[in-house]
Amino acid sequence: MLGNLAVQALSGLASAASLFLVAAGLTVIFGVTRIVNFAHGSFYMLGAYLGWTLATNLPRGHVPFWGGVVLAAVIVGLVGVVVELLLLRRIYKAPELFQLLATFGVVLVVQDAALWIWGPQDLLGPRAPGLRGAVYIFDSRFPLYDLVLIGIGIAVFLLLWLLFQRTRFGILVRAATADREMVGALGVNQRLLFTGVFFLGSALAGLAGALQVPRESVNLQMDLAIIAEAFVVVVVGGLGSLPGAALAALLLGQMQAFGILVFPQITLVLVFLVMAAVLVVRPYGLLGRAPAGHAASLHIVEPPIAPLSPRGRLVAAVALGLAMLAPLVLADYALVVMTEICVAILFAATLHFIMGPGGMASFGHAAYFGIGAYGAALLVKHLAAPMELSLLAAPFAAGIAGLAFGWFCVRLSGVYAAMLTMAFAQIAWSTAFQWVAFTGGDNGILGVWPPAWAVPKPVQAWGALVLCLGGAFLLRRMIFAPFGAALRAQRDSVLRAEAIGIDTMRTRWFAFAIAAAFAGLAGGLFAFTKGSVFPTYMNISRSTDGLLMVLLGGVQTVTGPIIGAIAYTGLHEQLLRLTDLWRAVLGAIIIALVLFFPRGLAGLGAKQ
Amino acid sequence: MTLLVVENLAKSFGGVHAVQGVSFSLAAGELLALIGPNGAGKSTCFNMLNGQLRPDQGRVVLAGQEITGKPPRQVWRMGVGRTFQITATFASLPVIENVQLALLSHRRRILRFWKPLAAEDPAEALALLERVGMADQAQRPCGVLAYGDLKRVELAIALANAPRLLLMDEPTAGMAPAERVALMALTARIARESGIGVLFTEHDMDVVFTHADRIMVLERGRLLAEGAPEAVRADPRVREVYLGHEGTH
Repeated sequence: MLGNLAVQALSGLASAASLFLVAAGLTVIFGVTRIVNFAHGSFYMLGAYLGWTLATNLPRGHVPFWGGVVLAAVIVGLVGVVVELLLLRRIYKAPELFQLLATFGVVLVVQDAALWIWGPQDLLGPRAPGLRGAVYIFDSRFPLYDLVLIGIGIAVFLLLWLLFQRTRFGILVRAATADREMVGALGVNQRLLFTGVFFLGSALAGLAGALQVPRESVNLQMDLAIIAEAFVVVVVGGLGSLPGAALAALLLGQMQAFGILVFPQITLVLVFLVMAAVLVVRPYGLLGRAPAGHAASLHIVEPPIAPLSPRGRLVAAVALGLAMLAPLVLADYALVVMTEICVAILFAATLHFIMGPGGMASFGHAAYFGIGAYGAALLVKHLAAPMELSLLAAPFAAGIAGLAFGWFCVRLSGVYAAMLTMAFAQIAWSTAFQWVAFTGGDNGILGVWPPAWAVPKPVQAWGALVLCLGGAFLLRRMIFAPFGAALRAQRDSVLRAEAIGIDTMRTRWFAFAIAAAFAGLAGGLFAFTKGSVFPTYMNISRSTDGLLMVLLGGVQTVTGPIIGAIAYTGLHEQLLRLTDLWRAVLGAIIIALVLFFPRGLAGLGAKQ
Repeated sequence: MTLLVVENLAKSFGGVHAVQGVSFSLAAGELLALIGPNGAGKSTCFNMLNGQLRPDQGRVVLAGQEITGKPPRQVWRMGVGRTFQITATFASLPVIENVQLALLSHRRRILRFWKPLAAEDPAEALALLERVGMADQAQRPCGVLAYGDLKRVELAIALANAPRLLLMDEPTAGMAPAERVALMALTARIARESGIGVLFTEHDMDVVFTHADRIMVLERGRLLAEGAPEAVRADPRVREVYLGHEGTH
């Protein structure tokens, strides 16, 4: 028993060590450049693949093995430098969400590059030479390699600490983390500093990845799996704080190790619940501080929104009329795509509602889409409820979830709010994923079919048109109504809004819940048109899909999300048909979009 | 009639005593200027009056009702309008909607989801804009206005809840000299017409001595002198610590 506990604690330390290596890189990069690097998980994955290649191709022995690990880290560090030089350097001044999205583009490109180079199968690397065995603690076995990993974690922490305390580079990094503008004003070469930090951070991720090779198989899901955990560590520890990352990694490592003994069903939920709790009590993390200088914000100055011109109304009416006639002539496949586009429009409109007029960042909006879908599907599965009732329940369930999660999210701002929304989405996702008995786990819920009258594709297309465009229209009315004006007002100036009696927190909260409810309607519709629901309905990719639609269309206009949803769904559909490397192409398009059209497609028409 | 009574207000930040034991009162229709060198505690004082800061001790009583420590929203509902040192308006909304929103909030009609704000009756908002001379720019978004115009929009917004008390933190900062005099003359006229008490801070001594009925001088968090403009001007302590400084520039 005692041995068992000790081994659990030690394996918690081992996962804390590798988690710390990844999180340390992420937090240092954020501290200096203020970029939340989604691609950090991809660097970790690259490190693992490179480590695997080197370990299998170099001769056996201590020197080649550890040399290979270090070499993998250095190569990944250089890849990080290339990404910094070619992409991030150009967008340091862009809004946070664009930066996040650009790095997500890198994630997609790296995913397909890894698929192309290493193939889709899981790769098992050799064990570390001389470390195959285990040690006995009381009467339980503990892998020797994990002990070494713990040692490496501690050593890297000490080395980083020395680097930051004793070297000029390290002192500049700390200074820039505390007040970037001041460091710039002092005449420090920022470009060199940023590139150096990117090398260091990426190399740390690569090192962590390469060190995983003897422990577990290398696969293409490593990037998003680790980035979610690394975000939690960094946010819980405090963005930019190295000791914070270490502390949070320890906390999370132990929680996962012991959580699996106590609550095997909800280990994932537990992790994100802790993050949510920490953020509510300490909005800047355990050891983090509010950034000095200009407060981070999503919007600098928003242009005013305008109702449609008479010509715009005419175009909209004609488009709507054509869409209503389309089901009479289109083939079933085209109608399926059309239905999907309608669902995407409503989903994008709800996300836009909180991002544009609300000025809030959400990286987990898929949660409400998924909760709507699951709400409807669960009613069908467990209570054999009819579609009509389930479709009513979908926005209701998502709206309640929006009220509950939103209450926390609207209290934070900027990156922290985005991370908290993501944490809640991960909670929803892991519930669907891990609570197999209720939600079907990874297999989802099948057989969510509509009644006979709603089976024909034209009927579904009409239903989706009416409900989704109707929902988007309601949201649009709200944006122009006093409530929406108050929402835009608090985005422009919280100070002034409070000074004229507007409860800004409550306004944001209601907006969040309203958006969630409509997203739930979109999810419920989606469930019935597909006949099934899966945890992927609320994963990070779906949340980023929504972000892409909104940003593609442009946050600043009310029509933007509609155009963005049509463009994105169409593009996605075409890419899937044309190429196996659709992720890479999509990633490249995202990167190009951020670099060249930061105002989105709808901004193309409008001149500066 | 005494409108505002402030008793023994104090606030510290860490070891710094920003405001210590400040007491004063303000009558309806009176223009009271709060002056003092930079860092004297003027803005801290202001922020405690409208609820942005919670005082460490002391009381703020408005027309017989205690408002100490209430949040800005509630203080506003009790009839306190506020303009800020750095103007705060809704940059993406047209001028008139800035005012309409304040009017709707005053009537607790914000939670409406269907009829556009632009379709609300503009008459009352236009009348307020007319008063501050901004009616001709009603449809322009605040984000494109000149700074002096923004100050006037802020005044219109502050007047939207028919306030009993106006708190104006450096109402003319950043304006051209001619504009300053015009804005304060306008404020003074509105205050006298409607019986609104006005408490304002100001660096421009011309503005202060032309328009204030009474002047308070704050220095290092304490009230140094208080009285009619001529008395304050003649006060040797004031000349030494404050006006003396000005004179040496």
